[in-house]
Amino acid sequence: MTAFPNIPLTGYRRENGRVGIRNHVVILSVDDISNAAVEGVARLIRGTYALTHPYGRLQFGEDLHLTFNTLIGTGRNPNVAAVVVIGIEPTWTEYIVKGIAETGKPVAGFSIERYGDLKTIEMASRKAKEFVQWASELPRVPVEWNEIWVSTKCGESDTTSGLAANPTVGRVFERLEKIGNTLIFGETTEVTGAEDKIIENCATPEIAAQFKAAFDNYQELVASQGVSLLGTQPTEGNIRGGLSTIEEKALGNVEKMGRCTVAGFLKPAEAPAKPGLHFMDSSSAAAEMVTLCCAAGAVLHLFPTGQGNIIGNPLEPVIKLTANPLTVATMSEHIDVDLSGMLRFEFNLDGAADRTLEVMAHTINGRLTSAEALRHDEFVITKLYRSA
Amino acid sequence: MKKGILLHEASDDVGVAALDIKAGEEIQAVTLDGEPVAVVKVIEDIPLGHKVAMRDLASGKHIREYGRAIGYAYTDIKLGQHVHVHNIKSLRWAASKSKVLEA
Repeated sequence: MTAFPNIPLTGYRRENGRVGIRNHVVILSVDDISNAAVEGVARLIRGTYALTHPYGRLQFGEDLHLTFNTLIGTGRNPNVAAVVVIGIEPTWTEYIVKGIAETGKPVAGFSIERYGDLKTIEMASRKAKEFVQWASELPRVPVEWNEIWVSTKCGESDTTSGLAANPTVGRVFERLEKIGNTLIFGETTEVTGAEDKIIENCATPEIAAQFKAAFDNYQELVASQGVSLLGTQPTEGNIRGGLSTIEEKALGNVEKMGRCTVAGFLKPAEAPAKPGLHFMDSSSAAAEMVTLCCAAGAVLHLFPTGQGNIIGNPLEPVIKLTANPLTVATMSEHIDVDLSGMLRFEFNLDGAADRTLEVMAHTINGRLTSAEALRHDEFVITKLYRSA
Repeated sequence: MKKGILLHEASDDVGVAALDIKAGEEIQAVTLDGEPVAVVKVIEDIPLGHKVAMRDLASGKHIREYGRAIGYAYTDIKLGQHVHVHNIKSLRWAASKSKVLEA
């Protein structure tokens, strides 16, 4: 048995050496009021993608930085060939443009003040046309497994998640870690009950301390809202499915890390600086977490689910895995990897990892995931607190 | 022998039913890697996804799954019995309770 399927991989090698598996030309809003112009450009120019969102105005401090780091990181993602940035004001627009331009990819900014939507749309559309014609000619080239940055997060979990789908991701991650991949997981509150396991598996005491600080910070935030996580976890649905304690639920969640070492800690949307598995301080809300992974530079996401979370992302393909036979039967259009055979003892964990890696290879090579085909383009910025 | 219980670690105190198991059935427990570990005579109905005791567990004892403690036995639990919220409690709430023995 070999660790990887015998399928040659292809991708797009970007100006900074990173490898993308998609070739998007993105029209990116800096702020909520620029969404109309962004959509205007995307309607005019074939092959562009309008990336809009409801934020970017009157935010301040850490919250402002996270929004802009998310936008910059998303533009920098190697699945993106080129970016047209549109904002209301020149200063913030240029800030986003500069952050993306560091990668060496084509990027241009347009601000609406002193021009209005219509002139802005015209100017931005001319640039978008130029970018899309250039990008459409970029070739796919041979790439290696260890150049593909992979992220993971689970959702709508049930007992089949801890039993099969999450350990399958863990086994895939173990194989990828061995060859030097860059990997991301997170979900700071959802690991409550299994935080000791993460701490024990950190490569250095410094990384463990960074994780512990983020974990404690989240616990304090939850407590400050007068909520007790311990009183609400596991949920009624979890208990019906067989989960008994918060430790058991969390240990099932962190099965996604396999036996990997935590090589680094990341702030939300922060890009890993070296290979290995990284814990990113992040929300457990599916769309927020995948958006942050994409902004951190991951190009492919593994999403194990039990009851059937249907999340996607506009730029980072999301592969859905489930071992729940009922979910496979009733929501088949959302499932990319059917692991229910593991519960029928048709294959073991290595067989499940083999199947997953094969789907990953096809996805890397351009086959659309279920979420991509179904237009699941959830892009959700994590908001830390209210705006001014 | 009918396979039907999955173990995250061969040494775990509880296995998970991979199918609905009826009281009285003798079921093979295997690891996720497919290694046979033990045959368990199940003494209560265990729905898919629920846990079954792999050995007798005295009240107060830590219960291990995933190779780690997921809680403690709230009552004496017999081999083959259903292990769930009625007989296992989180160690989170029990941290200060003296009745919790050692693992």
